[in-house]
Amino acid sequence: MSFVADPINFIADWLSKLLLGWGLPPDLVMVLLFIIGSGLLATVAMLWVTILIWYERKIIGRIQDRFGPNRVGPYGLFQSIADMIKIFTKEHISPDGVDWFPFTIAPIIAVGAVLAVWAVIPFSANFVGTNLSVGILFILAIGGIGEFGIVFGGWGSNNKYALLSAFRAVAQLISYETPYVICFLIPVMLSGSMNLNDIVKAQDPWFIFLAPLGALIFFITSIAEVGRTPFDLAEAESELVAGFNIEYSGLKFGMFYVGDFLHSFTISLLFAALFLGGWKGPWAEQIPVLGFVYFFIKSSAAYFLVILLRASMPRFRIDQMMDFTWKVLTPLSLTVVSMTALVDKLLPANLIWVRIGGLILLNIIIFIATDRLLDIYWKKPLFQKNNQVEDASKASSVKLGAG
Amino acid sequence: MSILQIIFLLAALATLFCAVKVVITTRMMHSAFWLVGALLGIAVLFAMLESRFFVVVQVLVYIGAIAILIIFAVMLTRKIMDENQQRMNQLWGLAFIPAGGVLAGLIYILSRWNAFNTTARTAPVNGEDIEALGKALVSPTGFMLPFEVSSILLLAALIGAIFVSYDRKGGGR
Amino acid sequence: MIPLSWYLIFAAILFCIGLFGVIARRNLMSVLMCLELMLNAVNINLLSFWSYLYGKDLQALVFVAIIFAAAAAETAVGLALIISVYRRRVTVNANDLDMMKG
Repeated sequence: MSFVADPINFIADWLSKLLLGWGLPPDLVMVLLFIIGSGLLATVAMLWVTILIWYERKIIGRIQDRFGPNRVGPYGLFQSIADMIKIFTKEHISPDGVDWFPFTIAPIIAVGAVLAVWAVIPFSANFVGTNLSVGILFILAIGGIGEFGIVFGGWGSNNKYALLSAFRAVAQLISYETPYVICFLIPVMLSGSMNLNDIVKAQDPWFIFLAPLGALIFFITSIAEVGRTPFDLAEAESELVAGFNIEYSGLKFGMFYVGDFLHSFTISLLFAALFLGGWKGPWAEQIPVLGFVYFFIKSSAAYFLVILLRASMPRFRIDQMMDFTWKVLTPLSLTVVSMTALVDKLLPANLIWVRIGGLILLNIIIFIATDRLLDIYWKKPLFQKNNQVEDASKASSVKLGAG
Repeated sequence: MSILQIIFLLAALATLFCAVKVVITTRMMHSAFWLVGALLGIAVLFAMLESRFFVVVQVLVYIGAIAILIIFAVMLTRKIMDENQQRMNQLWGLAFIPAGGVLAGLIYILSRWNAFNTTARTAPVNGEDIEALGKALVSPTGFMLPFEVSSILLLAALIGAIFVSYDRKGGGR
Repeated sequence: MIPLSWYLIFAAILFCIGLFGVIARRNLMSVLMCLELMLNAVNINLLSFWSYLYGKDLQALVFVAIIFAAAAAETAVGLALIISVYRRRVTVNANDLDMMKG
């Protein structure tokens, strides 16, 4: 393989030959390569977050009809570095009475749990951190550990409001985990394996064409799993009490902040890998670097959608959020999974266009049925049963409340 | 001492330490955190037993769901049992007798078994065959009956938990 | 190599630590947590027997999977009961729940 076509494996080969030439045992060389590779991946991920923050601030600024950062460096590219320097030099304030172990380890878990997901994502045709046969389960398990970062942070802060906010955040996370896990099953079902590289390889038509509704539910629930607007009730930045990271300052808060953006990008990576075909594209198998470029473009497009949602939607109230997941998303995702499994077995698999058409038709039918059902049964007045408000609204003949 | 033995000893001792702290700690939240540590140690031991699937299931089910559930329940019942209460029953010293007896009995009976000290593994080296496990769980000649019964058990637990903790006075929530 | 006896002794010790906790602890939540320790010890036992002696069969794996499901169900119901008791009697002390005594 040449350096241009497949740089990472080329460098790995060269390094392992060098280390073996120095006389180290092959087991130790493998372990050293893993350590160097994971260290490099984690460093690149953390440095990439600075570009992500810049990207987000520029786009949100443009949506809000302003420029975004444009002072520090050309087009404001070095703004994130300036922010990093500021956060590095801030004082770590530890409030009185904190439990030091949960307080200190919470940001580490929050960032570590996100970085661990990068180990199983296939970046190109032959570059995966670890080729786990149960990669999907690993991602779900690591998400469970990530929730513990929030619990530790809220509990260790010795602050009632931080604790309440942590519990609301964890309640939101575990509620949205149900449709999230169920929609993970759709690519697993359509490709027959839990290995992410196999799922990417099996996407002859992209899975977003085979299960568009499943992709939509996955997208929505993964935004809720990250905790971004419109689901960011737990750490709403414009509220008075900033959620479970209220007592954090300095680099610990920086870690939570970085973890948030990294998690958003990680879910757009997952969305691109699971539904948008990952590294697939013209000539991606022969020239792996092209696969990496395609993957990067697709995940940036997904991340752009995430930023668009953040910039344009108001946030949900906690009871609206819970209603949405338990009453709409969970039954819908169960229906989509079971119907996709049924129809996929009935349709002939060798006629590709029949399969795509049949599954898209199924998704359209489910969507229209859900829409009609919600119209009929989702009668939720905006205000509670308060007669004065209703009389006043009737008197002023303004039609409030949903129909 | 091979390196696997050292790793086993470290993981086992860490897990036993976390388990002892679960039993001994007064503050309930700390006890729950030590339980998470013990469950992680057990996941490491599952990995050493070549069952890669159950490592992930242990982290996902026990740590990601059951431990968080326990922490929620500890928070909801927190006002009364905190620092000032005793943690053990009155005659807690007598609890050593059944625990020690069970331990001694188990080790004695197992040590008289002829395969107690085998070191040969029969498990497949790359972890278990998950596809075969999945097919066995849903095939009528396999283990479909326990699978269906356990799904009914989970359904009963779901309905029962909601029904037991349903707050009738507050209008139900 | 690690003999089977090490895993079995470890599982036995973990089981007895959990047993001690279930008998001796006063708080109901603690009893549930020590019960989880006992169930994990049983899982380790099953998987070590599978790994060393019955690696070609699947019964142990199915058994462990069902134990995971049953433990989750039992924890959920147990915690619901504890919370319900806490609402009525505002206590989670096992000694205070003596209405059926005498």
